[in-house]
Amino acid sequence: MPPLTYLEAIRQGIWEEMERDPTVFCLGEDIGIYGGAFKVTDGFIDRFGPERVIDTPIAESAIVGAAFGASLTGMRPVAEFQFMDFIGCAFNQIVNMVAKAHYRWGAPAPLVIRGPSGGNVHGGPFHSQNPEMWFVHAPGLKVVCPASAYDAKGLIKAAIRDNNPVIFFEHKYLYRRIKEEVPAEDYIVPLGKARIAREGRDLSIITYAAMVHVALEAAEILAKEGIDLEIVDLRTVSPLDREAIAQTVRKTNKVILLHEDVRTGGLAGEIAAIINEEAFDDLDGPIVRITAQDSPVPFSPPQEEYFLPKVSDVVREAHKLKAY
Amino acid sequence: MPKKECVGNECLIWMFTQMVRIREFEEAVKRAFIEHPGVIRGHTHLGDGAEASIVGALSTRNSTDVVMPSYRCHGYPIVLGTPMRNIMAEVFGRKDGLCKGFGGSMHLADPARYFPGTSGIIGQSIAHATGAALSAQVKKTGQIVYCFFGDGASKQGAFFESVNMAAVWKLPIVYVLENNQYQAYTHVGLEDANCIAGDPLSKKAEAFSIPGVTVDGTDPVKVSEAVGKAAERARAGEGPSLVESKFYRLSAHGNVITVPPLPTQFPEHEAIAVYGNKAEFQEWQKKDPIVQFRSRLVREVGLAEDDVKGIEQVARAEVADAVQFALASPYPDPQQAGNYVYA
Repeated sequence: MPPLTYLEAIRQGIWEEMERDPTVFCLGEDIGIYGGAFKVTDGFIDRFGPERVIDTPIAESAIVGAAFGASLTGMRPVAEFQFMDFIGCAFNQIVNMVAKAHYRWGAPAPLVIRGPSGGNVHGGPFHSQNPEMWFVHAPGLKVVCPASAYDAKGLIKAAIRDNNPVIFFEHKYLYRRIKEEVPAEDYIVPLGKARIAREGRDLSIITYAAMVHVALEAAEILAKEGIDLEIVDLRTVSPLDREAIAQTVRKTNKVILLHEDVRTGGLAGEIAAIINEEAFDDLDGPIVRITAQDSPVPFSPPQEEYFLPKVSDVVREAHKLKAY
Repeated sequence: MPKKECVGNECLIWMFTQMVRIREFEEAVKRAFIEHPGVIRGHTHLGDGAEASIVGALSTRNSTDVVMPSYRCHGYPIVLGTPMRNIMAEVFGRKDGLCKGFGGSMHLADPARYFPGTSGIIGQSIAHATGAALSAQVKKTGQIVYCFFGDGASKQGAFFESVNMAAVWKLPIVYVLENNQYQAYTHVGLEDANCIAGDPLSKKAEAFSIPGVTVDGTDPVKVSEAVGKAAERARAGEGPSLVESKFYRLSAHGNVITVPPLPTQFPEHEAIAVYGNKAEFQEWQKKDPIVQFRSRLVREVGLAEDDVKGIEQVARAEVADAVQFALASPYPDPQQAGNYVYA
């Protein structure tokens, strides 16, 4: 099999689930005839027909609301957002209706809300955000942020099979930028389980999504200096894999938390609290946060470059932390 | 009773029986605020005044059709056959409630009886009902969906987004706009553009180029005819309709919530408490759907007074039993408050 891009991996994952299970269907803006703004569902309508690949009006609240109603009546909808920034239009449906369905009635709501998030494409403040924390704060939802093509495919398949609502953030910078070999046979990557993206002994970076690649690049530079980084890719940001977080801290005793989302209320703060609860005695230095600054995502390319965490930030902070 | 069996006098008696069951239930809930002070916590909204509309609409239903009401939702599962005991226990927040005490009055659901749930936030379930209709269409089950919501909900974005979708996709759904004249505490004449212009609220259907009719919601037979027509259209694959069922909510919007141990209370109707318009309230009291339909059954159908009383007594006994059951049921275990977050 030729290597797959991150986007092709997601596309294959959804395609295979639609082949496997007739209750899976897609809905969203421009996903049918046009094939989706980023072409994730290109060709789906020809294979599965307009009844299972549904072009919707621009009506995010009703897209999620209808997907929810369909999930309560035996279907497994996969709703696409053209950009995850637009999810604000459906916020009430997601955090109040969808997230609390099982708690209120004991009724599973197996639906997936997926779409592109993240910056580094100069999309400006409404087409570059990382809104995962809005949903991490809503118990009842699962929130997934894959970093590799293998994971993207395995996680989207697991998300579609899960009996809970899953918000699936696809990093648009990675869509066509990364490629890897992906097994031809059916597999899933379980939700809620982190992976070690790089084994190391000196210090740990806990991160997810596009920042995994920033961390990997920094690790190569630091390896030449004899600093051995361990990189934990969370894959699912809610519910968090607390054990994986604690384990890497117990191993290296020094930890950097890295994410592309803004600093205040970002996942790093939550992970720091978990480390405090689970592995405080194992720390040999301060918990370091590398994040975007607390501002909207800037439009101007040099400003966006300044805003996003960089390889050089990781190298600099690793040097400081290593000195403890 | 499925629609095929709801014909003739037998159907009228069935309708009356269901209406009385709903009314007795709602009155028992209201009395609980006095007879069992503090037992009901949270918000509880009553459907007295809506009985003819609910029952008339549901009389056209096939046994597997889906029903999605608003948060004012006690009446619908009563008609669907959900045991009153479990509904009352849920209103009381008890372990034997329909949702194990996790939902409360506003969040009833009985999926086995094709009632997938409600929304405690106004108007949102219009989108969910639309999705249920999408399920029926995609799966070709032949089901239609009955989507109930109030006049207030018809100003929500979810209404406009959903009805447009249903019209575009010709979904098998009937939108029943229950115009009970009050959006929470505000009269419809202050918040609805159609009403202010002197038009019926069903005029909203024109915006989506679908049929829209207004019907006297105090008469179950008229509601049954109007909703039945809309249901036939939905079953024939011709798409959604909007039926405005116009009646009057006979109780206040809901109870006042308080900090325990202060008991909750059920206030007076907004017409009196907010607008000082006792005449309006009394005018509609004369059109009480139960009173009207009762006298019609005796006068026109020839139902004996004793038979009517018998129906009322059976309903009263059923409700009294439900109240006792709910009072005896324990609260859910506090430590289990974290259960059921995930499926």
